[in-house]
Amino acid sequence: MANYKSILFEQMIKDFAETEVKPLAQEVDETERFPLETVEKMAKMGLMGIIVPREYEGAGGDYNMYISAVEELSKHCGTTGVILSAHTSLCVAPILEYGNEEQRRKYLPDLASGRKIGAFGLTEPNAGTDAANQQTTAVEMEDHYLLNGSKIFITNAGYASTYIIIAITGKTPKGPEMSAFIVESAFEGFSVGKKEKKMGIRGSSTCELIFDNVKVPKENLLGKRGEGFKIAMKTLDGGRIGIAAQALGIAEGALEATIAYVKSRKQFGRSISAFQNTQFQLADMSTRCAAARGLVYAAVNAKQNKLPTVSVAAAQAKLYCAETAMDVTTKAVQLHGGYGYTREYPIERMMRDAKITEIYEGTSEVQRMVISGALLRK
Amino acid sequence: MKIIVCIKQVPNTTEIKIDPVTNTLKRDGVPSIINPDDKTAIEAALTLKEKTGATVTVITMGPAQAEKALREALAMGADEAFLLTDRAFAGSDTLATSTIIAAAIKKLGADVVFCGRQAIDGDTAQVGPQIAEHLGIPQITYAAAIDYCNECGALIVKREFEDRYQTLKVAGPCLITILSTLAKPRYMNVWDIVAQDEKEIRIITFADLDLNKEDIGLGGSPTKVKSTATKQFDKTIETLELDPESAAKAIVDALKERHLI
Amino acid sequence: MAKNIWVFCEQRDGEIQNVALELLGVAHELAEKTNEKVNAVLLGHNVKDKAQMLIAHGADGVYVVDDENLEKFVTEPYAQAITHIAKKYEPNVILFGATSIGRDLAPRLSARLKTGLTADCTKLEMDEEGNLFMTRPAFGGNLFATIICPDSRPQMSTVRPGVMKKLEADASRAGEVVVEALEWDTSKFAVTVLEEVKAEKAEANIEDAKILVSCGRGVKNLESAQELASKLHGTVSASRTLVDAGLVDHARQVGQTGKTVRPEAYLAFGISGAIQHLAGMEESEFIVAVNTDKNAPIFKVANLGIVADAEAVFKNLNKLL
Repeated sequence: MANYKSILFEQMIKDFAETEVKPLAQEVDETERFPLETVEKMAKMGLMGIIVPREYEGAGGDYNMYISAVEELSKHCGTTGVILSAHTSLCVAPILEYGNEEQRRKYLPDLASGRKIGAFGLTEPNAGTDAANQQTTAVEMEDHYLLNGSKIFITNAGYASTYIIIAITGKTPKGPEMSAFIVESAFEGFSVGKKEKKMGIRGSSTCELIFDNVKVPKENLLGKRGEGFKIAMKTLDGGRIGIAAQALGIAEGALEATIAYVKSRKQFGRSISAFQNTQFQLADMSTRCAAARGLVYAAVNAKQNKLPTVSVAAAQAKLYCAETAMDVTTKAVQLHGGYGYTREYPIERMMRDAKITEIYEGTSEVQRMVISGALLRK
Repeated sequence: MKIIVCIKQVPNTTEIKIDPVTNTLKRDGVPSIINPDDKTAIEAALTLKEKTGATVTVITMGPAQAEKALREALAMGADEAFLLTDRAFAGSDTLATSTIIAAAIKKLGADVVFCGRQAIDGDTAQVGPQIAEHLGIPQITYAAAIDYCNECGALIVKREFEDRYQTLKVAGPCLITILSTLAKPRYMNVWDIVAQDEKEIRIITFADLDLNKEDIGLGGSPTKVKSTATKQFDKTIETLELDPESAAKAIVDALKERHLI
Repeated sequence: MAKNIWVFCEQRDGEIQNVALELLGVAHELAEKTNEKVNAVLLGHNVKDKAQMLIAHGADGVYVVDDENLEKFVTEPYAQAITHIAKKYEPNVILFGATSIGRDLAPRLSARLKTGLTADCTKLEMDEEGNLFMTRPAFGGNLFATIICPDSRPQMSTVRPGVMKKLEADASRAGEVVVEALEWDTSKFAVTVLEEVKAEKAEANIEDAKILVSCGRGVKNLESAQELASKLHGTVSASRTLVDAGLVDHARQVGQTGKTVRPEAYLAFGISGAIQHLAGMEESEFIVAVNTDKNAPIFKVANLGIVADAEAVFKNLNKLL
C-alpha cells in the first residue's frame, strides 16, 4: 500500500515552500527581517510541532517528516529552515525527551501549536567549541535557582518565549557541574541583548541573552541536576541532523536554480548547458547532493530507532552536508558568472547562507572530533 | 449540517504534452491532482464547518488511484471519504455519472452538496446541476462567496455572471458549484496528514446503490464520443520580414483564422 | 417524432445577447440539411417585443414565455418553462450559449429531459437524418472531441460565444410567435434573489484576458497599444522594462516577477523576450511577436514572428480594425 502519510507530507511541504517561502526569501535576506508571518502559517499547519505527540497538541508525526520539512524550506530560504530546526531540535526535542510529565504538559502545547517559539542557549563568549568552559551560573536557593550570566549567538532569540539554558550549578571532581533549565522570556531579569549582523541567514534572529538574577523555579530544572552537559550534547546530536538537512536543502536549491539558469543562458551562440564544463560541474554537484542526502536520512534512521550510532551519524551528516552546501553553492555562483554575484539571482544568498552550516551547532572541526573520537575509542 | 463535497481527480492539464511523433496526448508521468475548483469546494466546506460545526464528507468516482485525492481532502481536514468505484461505472458520460453520484449522495444523506464549477479535463460543468436535478434539490452555480445566516438558517450565496452578480438565499437542501476564486484552498496540515493514515477510505460499488444498469456506464450514457483529434500545433516558427502594413494584415488574418476577431 | 432546432435566446435586462443571434445563425445552417425549422425560445418578463428581432436573425418561429417569475434568471423557473414547451413540441435539438446562464440551465434540463448534453462546443454539423455532430475542446484545449447523441432527443449542446456567425438582420423575414403559459410548481422555488448587481467595468486582470497586447522596450506610445487592445476586446500588459520605468502598473507585468498568463492570443510588441519574460507567457495559445531585432529570443516562442517596428505596426493595425 502506498505510504500516503509521507507522499502527502512531501506534496504539502514542497507546495508550501514554493508558494509561501520562496517569494519572501530575497526580501527577508535584504532587510534582515524575521519572517514572522511564515512562522504563523507554519504554526497553523502543524509544522511547529511535527514530532510532538497529539496529547500535547502536536501533530504526532515522525522525525523523517520534520527533517524533510527543514530540507524543503531551506531549498528556498535558509533562514526559514533554521528557524524550524532550532525551534524543534533544540527546544521541543529536549523537553520531549528529558522533560517530566508536568513540564511537557506545561510547555509542549504552546510550542507544538506554534503559539510560542523555542530556542536554546549553550554558547558563551568564552565557551564556543569549548562548551565545557561555561560561565553562566544557576545557584540553588530555597525554592528556585538564581540564574546569572549571558549567552551569545542564540538563534530565534527575541522571538522565542521558551529557552533551554545550560548553566553551572556546582562543581564535580571532573569539572563544573552543568544543568539544563527551561527559562521563560517573561521571567524577571531575562533580557535579549544585541542582535548580530550576519553574513547569511540574515532573517534569522541571532542575539545575546542576558540573565540578571533570574529566578528560575525549581520545577523548571530539565532532567536531573548535573545532566546539563549530557542533555546539551544529545540535543546537539538532533540539532546537527536539522542543520545537515538545512545545508542539504541549500545545496539542492542552488543546484535546481543553476540547472534552470544554464539551460536558458546563452554564450557563443549556444546554451551554456551545452558546454562540457557545465555538464560535469552539474554532475558533481548532483552527486554530492545525493550522497549528502543519504547521510542525512541515515542519521534520521539512527535517531528514529534510537541507535547508539546517532552521534556519529549526525556528525557525519552535518560535516558532509555543510561542506557540500559550500561546495555546491560556490560552483553554482561560478556557473552563473557575473549574474551569480549579483543580488538579482538567489545564488549569492545561498552561498552566504551555506557558510553558517559549517560553523554553528558544532563547527566542521568539532564534527571531525566527534567522528574520530568514536573511531579511536574502540 | 452534513456537507458532501464531490471531487474529481484529474491529470494536471497544464503539464500535458503532445507527442510530436504520434500526435497523441502524453499522459505518462503527468501528475494527478484534485481538480482546482473542487479543491476550493473542499475549502468552502471546511470554512462552513468551522463556522457551523458541520461535518464534511468527500466523495469521488474513479479508479482505485483516486484514493489519493480523497486522502488529500482528509489531510486538509475533511471528516470522512468515500470512493465510488465499479467496472459498471466505466464509460459514463456526465448524465450517467451524475446518476451514480446522486444515488451515492442519497444513500449517504446530505444537507448541502458542494461541487467544483467544472473539471479541467472535461470542462463540462454539467455533473453538478445534473446531480441536483436527480436529487430534486435546487442548484446554485458559479458561487463566488458562501455565507451561513444564523438567524434564518439559510445559505447566502454570491452567484457570478459575466456582467453581474446575484445574492441568493437558499434554505434547505441544495447543491452549490464553486468557483476557484471563492477562496484559496488551505494547505494540508500535519495533524490531519497523520490522522488520515488511521482512516479508512470506504468503497461504494454498484451493489451498494439503488441503480439500474441501463442508466449508467457506457450503455446509460446518451452521448458518445464519435472521434477525437489532437490540436494541430502550429508552432512552425516563422519569422517574416514585412513592411508595417503587410505585418498588420498578417496579424489580423491570423487572429481571424482563430476566431479571435 | 422530435423535430426542429431550438435556440434558447438568452436575454439580460430585456436585451438579447449576441450569442443567441449567433446560435440562430448556426441553427439556420443546420436546419437546411434536414429541412427543419429554427425556433427561438424566448423567456423573460416583458420581452415579447424582442421576438421580431429573433425572426429577423433567422428564427422561423418564436416560443415566448413571458412571466414575472422569469424576470431575473433563476434556474428552476427557467427550467420549468423550457421543460413545459419542450415536452409539448418535442424539438430535435436545443442549443444554448455556453454562458454562465446556459451552462447552468442546460445540464439541469438535460437531466430533467433525460437526454445528452455536450458542453462548450466550437463546431456543429448535422447529417441528413438529423443527427448532430458536436465538436468541443477537451484537456485544456489539447484535444478535440466530436460527440453524438444518437438515441435520445432532444440533442442538446452549449456553444461557445463568439464562434458561430450570425445572419444579417432581415426585417422582411416572417415567422410565427407563439406565447406559452404554464402552471408553475412554486413549491420548487427554493432560491430567492436578494439582490442583483451589475458589475462595473472590471479592473484589468491580465490573467483572465483572452487577448493580451503586450508592450516592451520597443513601444513608446502606450495609447496606440491601448487603442488596439480595446479594439480586440483585449487588455494591455507589459514587460518589466516598462513597469520599472513607471509607464505601466505592476499588476500588468508579465514574467517571473510579474504574472504568468496564457491567453488565447499574446501579441508581443517590442519585447525582446528575456527568459524571465518568456516564463510568464510561453504557454499562451497563440503568440505573435513584433520586434525590430530579428535575433530577439521572443521569436523562438512565437507562432507568428514579424521583424518590423512595433509602433508602425500598431498604427496600421488600428487603421485596419
